[in-house]
Amino acid sequence: MTFQMKWDTCDPKTDYVLHLADDALILGQRLAEWCGHGPILEQDIALTNISLDLIGLARQYYQYAAELIGDGCTENDLAYHRDSRAFKNHLISEQPNGHWGDTLARQFYFDTFHFYQLEGLAQSSDERLRQIAAKAIKETSYHAQYSAEWIIRLGDGTEESHEKIDKSLKKLAPFAHEFFIESEVDTAAQALGVGPKVSDLCEIWTEKVNSILKMATLEPVDLGFPKKGGKAGLHSEHHGYLLAEMQSLARAHPGVTW
Amino acid sequence: MGETHSLEDRFQAFVEAENKVEPKHWMPDGYRKTLVRQISQHAHSEVVGMLPEANWITRAPSLRAKLILLAKVQDEAGHGLYLYSAAETLGTSRDQMIDDLLSGKAKYSSIFNYPTLTWADMGAVGWLVDGAAIANQVMLCRTSYGPYSRAMVRICKEESFHQRQGYEIMMTLAKGSPEQKAMAQDALNRWWWPSVMMFGPSDDNSPNSTQSMKWRIKRKSNDELRQEYIDKTVAQAEFIGLSIPDPELKWNEETGHYDFGEIDWTEFFQVIAGNGPCNSERLAARQKAHNEGAWVRDAATAYAAKQSARQSNPSKQTHAA
Repeated sequence: MTFQMKWDTCDPKTDYVLHLADDALILGQRLAEWCGHGPILEQDIALTNISLDLIGLARQYYQYAAELIGDGCTENDLAYHRDSRAFKNHLISEQPNGHWGDTLARQFYFDTFHFYQLEGLAQSSDERLRQIAAKAIKETSYHAQYSAEWIIRLGDGTEESHEKIDKSLKKLAPFAHEFFIESEVDTAAQALGVGPKVSDLCEIWTEKVNSILKMATLEPVDLGFPKKGGKAGLHSEHHGYLLAEMQSLARAHPGVTW
Repeated sequence: MGETHSLEDRFQAFVEAENKVEPKHWMPDGYRKTLVRQISQHAHSEVVGMLPEANWITRAPSLRAKLILLAKVQDEAGHGLYLYSAAETLGTSRDQMIDDLLSGKAKYSSIFNYPTLTWADMGAVGWLVDGAAIANQVMLCRTSYGPYSRAMVRICKEESFHQRQGYEIMMTLAKGSPEQKAMAQDALNRWWWPSVMMFGPSDDNSPNSTQSMKWRIKRKSNDELRQEYIDKTVAQAEFIGLSIPDPELKWNEETGHYDFGEIDWTEFFQVIAGNGPCNSERLAARQKAHNEGAWVRDAATAYAAKQSARQSNPSKQTHAA
């Protein structure tokens, strides 16, 4: 069966919805890896909550994309039967969890961007995206608060935690840069009035991030030379392994009900 | 000492009259020790029990299944929290209890030392393991220690939901493709006997049970609970067309219960002794999470201390909040 070809889409709106869906699923999947392994039970539960929210959000986007594609396509076809090159998530979403600081730095950058992205989507010309964004923005403001609090706690905690989070934030900054670089997916969505102009979000994002970093006694963010390509389906080597794990069972038994 | 006896007699009369014992009440040392051991073991079982199911979260075969499983494992973490809190009311700290788990001194339910090998194990664990746990936990809703009893009421509601979700997975697989049905039967074959063993040694070999029953900590014996579980579960297996892997299993008209085959107690005691398939992996996973989380917990503690110092002395505040 050639699922890949069947659900390749040339429709820019569908591509954009898939980009949103893929970010939520891939990051949700990464966070789910922490379940049962967190540094303390309360934080295990908290991180799992964010994972649940993101995967729940991914389902809403995939269901919408599946409707746009039609022809019997389902949310699970899109999550489980596309290959790495068809995924349009940001590279930052697929980066390995590393230690708690790496995970929270990734989350902090993403949540802050996600919040402003959803603010933009709440003004979308597409009614369905407006509805999804209106609900997601409430959850995301909690996520952003949670990850920002951890950045402050780690930055202004012990010497060790300060050093660790500083390193994590610097390592991931070039990946955060990709948020603001217009890809074909973004440009087309913006032209349709469906999604926000991402390059415009850089300033407000940087301002917010720096205000938190200051409270955390950390240096302002330097985005550096961007690590990009995810939105065009050019991923890191980690991506294939993530998909291999996530999709293995569904692909071993195509066409059945679970 | 006559007075001690009289306190103990009054305590005994108090629990026999179906009163709940609360943290500030006088209680015999043995009662306190038994409860700390039992409740902390129960808490550890919830936390270690997250691992075999977490093993399949990243591979769940549909988005819906992934969300259900993730939420379920998260619930187990929540149960661990309620139970650690209930045990702390008896004067033992959570840190101490966790140290005892990580050093191997404290036990947890042996069932979690078995591996989850296929997706059908997510069904079998929910249906059988949670099913067996519920039989025990429903009884514990009426246990004599108030905080434990109240934690159990809450936990039971969620566990019965988990059991239905597990049974739903098994039912879906049993009705699915031949491979899915085989997967379901295989999981039942592997999890049946360990789940039957979850109730612990038979009554004639369970030294602590008598005292626990007398104190109203336990309300039913291991064998009574085991029989209830088997009677209930056999019909559920038949309903979805799966067979229980026990050739000696048969309905006994006279007793009104199922007769069942001999339990392999050697396996049971060996797994408890640390020789099960995953004992070392489970403990190693908990130790790793604990050790690698140490700097995070230290940072949170250090930050909280700085914050409270700043609040009591605002002039020394170093950053703009």
